[in-house]
Amino acid sequence: MSASTAGPNPDNQIPKAPAEVGVSGSVTDLTPYLPPVDSEYDLEMTDLKGPEEAPAPVEVIFDCSDVEVHYGEHRAIRDVSLSFGLREVTALIGPSGCGKSTFLRCLNRMNDLIPGAKVGGHVIYHGQDLYADEIDPVQVRKRIGMVFQKPNPFPKSIYDNVAFGPRVVGMEGDMDEIVERALVRGALWDEVKDRLTENAFGMSGGQQQRLCIARALATDPDVLLMDEPCSALDPISTGRIEDLMAELKERISIVIVTHNMQQAARVSDKTAFFTVEMAEDEKRRTGVVVEYDATDTIFTNPSDKRTEDYVTGKFG
Amino acid sequence: MNAVSTTSAERVRADLVRARSARSARESLIKGLLFLAALLSVATTTAIVVTLLQQTISFFGEVSPLAYFAGTKWTPLLSGDQQSFGVLPLLWGTFYLTGIGLLVAVPCGLLAAIYLAEFAKPKVRKTVKPILELLAGMPTIIFGYFALTFVTPVILRDVFGIPVSEFNGLAAGLVLGLLVTPTIASVAEDAMRSVPQSLREGAYGLGAGRLQVALRVVFPAALSGIVAALILGASRAIGETVIILIAGGQSPSMSLNPTGSFQSMASFIAATARGDIPQGTLKYETIFVVGFTLFCVTLLLNAVSTRVVSRYRQVYE
Ligand SMILES: Nc1ncnc2c1ncn2[C@@H]1O[C@H](COP(=O)(O)OP(=O)(O)OP(=O)(O)O)[C@@H](O)[C@H]1O
Ligand SMILES: [Mg+2]
Repeated sequence: MSASTAGPNPDNQIPKAPAEVGVSGSVTDLTPYLPPVDSEYDLEMTDLKGPEEAPAPVEVIFDCSDVEVHYGEHRAIRDVSLSFGLREVTALIGPSGCGKSTFLRCLNRMNDLIPGAKVGGHVIYHGQDLYADEIDPVQVRKRIGMVFQKPNPFPKSIYDNVAFGPRVVGMEGDMDEIVERALVRGALWDEVKDRLTENAFGMSGGQQQRLCIARALATDPDVLLMDEPCSALDPISTGRIEDLMAELKERISIVIVTHNMQQAARVSDKTAFFTVEMAEDEKRRTGVVVEYDATDTIFTNPSDKRTEDYVTGKFG
Repeated sequence: MNAVSTTSAERVRADLVRARSARSARESLIKGLLFLAALLSVATTTAIVVTLLQQTISFFGEVSPLAYFAGTKWTPLLSGDQQSFGVLPLLWGTFYLTGIGLLVAVPCGLLAAIYLAEFAKPKVRKTVKPILELLAGMPTIIFGYFALTFVTPVILRDVFGIPVSEFNGLAAGLVLGLLVTPTIASVAEDAMRSVPQSLREGAYGLGAGRLQVALRVVFPAALSGIVAALILGASRAIGETVIILIAGGQSPSMSLNPTGSFQSMASFIAATARGDIPQGTLKYETIFVVGFTLFCVTLLLNAVSTRVVSRYRQVYE
């Protein structure tokens, strides 16, 4: 954690994973003057910059304001201001090309990898601007994992796929245990425990995608970004991954892009609807957020006509 | 054709038939030409192998295969008791100099490939790649004279103070390495660039740094292509003639000391074929038997490489 543990400044510090926060909370039990529950609460709250986020009932982990992304000359999204809560599932929906993936990739600085991509605005994660100069994108991606649209296992054994993350981040502990835990959390352990040394390319598409989820979970991220994780899968595999998300939600926050309305309605707590806007002067299209609210509201009682048309299938 | 009296169905049919037959004539012409081209190359190869085989069989009528394959003295051009047909010194010269070359070319070529594929800015890559390909296609006589007139006297003697003879295996081997480095770099770079971007993204998404992505994901994923690059480089070095002829000397040796003179199979063939040995003699046949040996070695290498490549091949959908 080169950049973020640099000083005593608590604003600079990205808090540890929830499990570890629990541990440090019990350490403060030793201090007789502070009740442990309060101290844990304080610990988390002091890490939060911007208490002005008033109406959100849950703790905010991501606070994005006026995010815009340019690919070269082309502005792909603008004025995206969204905040995501701790241990919530947030769905991003909208027509193709409206910049859902583009926005998602801002959240763990994946857009850095695209030559010519420029990100503007603020992406505040636990009080820390992820695009500040001193932030190391590699460290960001260690905490904020990602699952892609197409399963992308490495051409290695199942075991080595899962162990890859822990190895590169230098995780301590018994690797066999780490791998097993990740595969159990990825709801894949029972299917693969006897074939851990086999090449991951021999698995079915659904298994490969769950392997990619397990792989992302192995490093204990705080947030999982999922870009249409089920779009290449059959309904049964999709159902499994949705169940999995419901379990994961107990511990981590999830932001998921999906084209499947039912899926968004089933798995998410909140939903943001994006759309494309034609600029008057230029021919290029730019993505904007139309509406962001509780999933129930978006699907049953949206306040914007465009949202209603989209979720009821009248779009286009 | 009477367009007025034909019904529209007949007209359509007539059109279809005409168009089809014109195209099929052109297609069969092209097919025939392609077949001829393929036939020509197969015929050439067959002719070469047959010629080599004829002379080789005739050679082994006079010299026992044991004396050839296990003999440690290669002096076929001398006469009487001095004459000896042990091919081992030529094999040794070939592989020893290739080894020295690969010692240079494998690390340099692979590092260059990793740099170009994973670290270089697109602009740098666009400039360097054609230069590499140009280098790989440069006439080897230039490399040969570079070894003889620069590497031996300046680099080896003056800079490093190594007491090498004028014709020596070290200079030849090192320059052999220079020769094949661009080949290895270029082919390995192609292999690494063809690794799908999604694998890189997956690795970056897990918190891997650039070097880790390059070494732990891209390199192993491109392994079959990289092995192919190495084998291509090795077979180029094994078949290389002119550099060794010019800078490596012409006396076969089985020494481990690279400062002396060496001869390889290819350079023996070149040196001997250029002399005035009369056709039909045993000395003349040595050219072919060594040629056949070289042919077999290269064939073996190619077979091994095909096996290796197909074994490590990864299928990306
Ligand atoms: N790497 C890139 N380089 C240039 N332009 C890009 C790149 N990636 C996306 N874009 C552009 O940005 C806009 C938004 O694309 P994005 O992939 O974010 O949309 P999306 O909402 O995820 O679409 P889909 O639902 O089809 O996945 C599009 O106009 C696209 O052409
Ligand atoms: Mg997308």
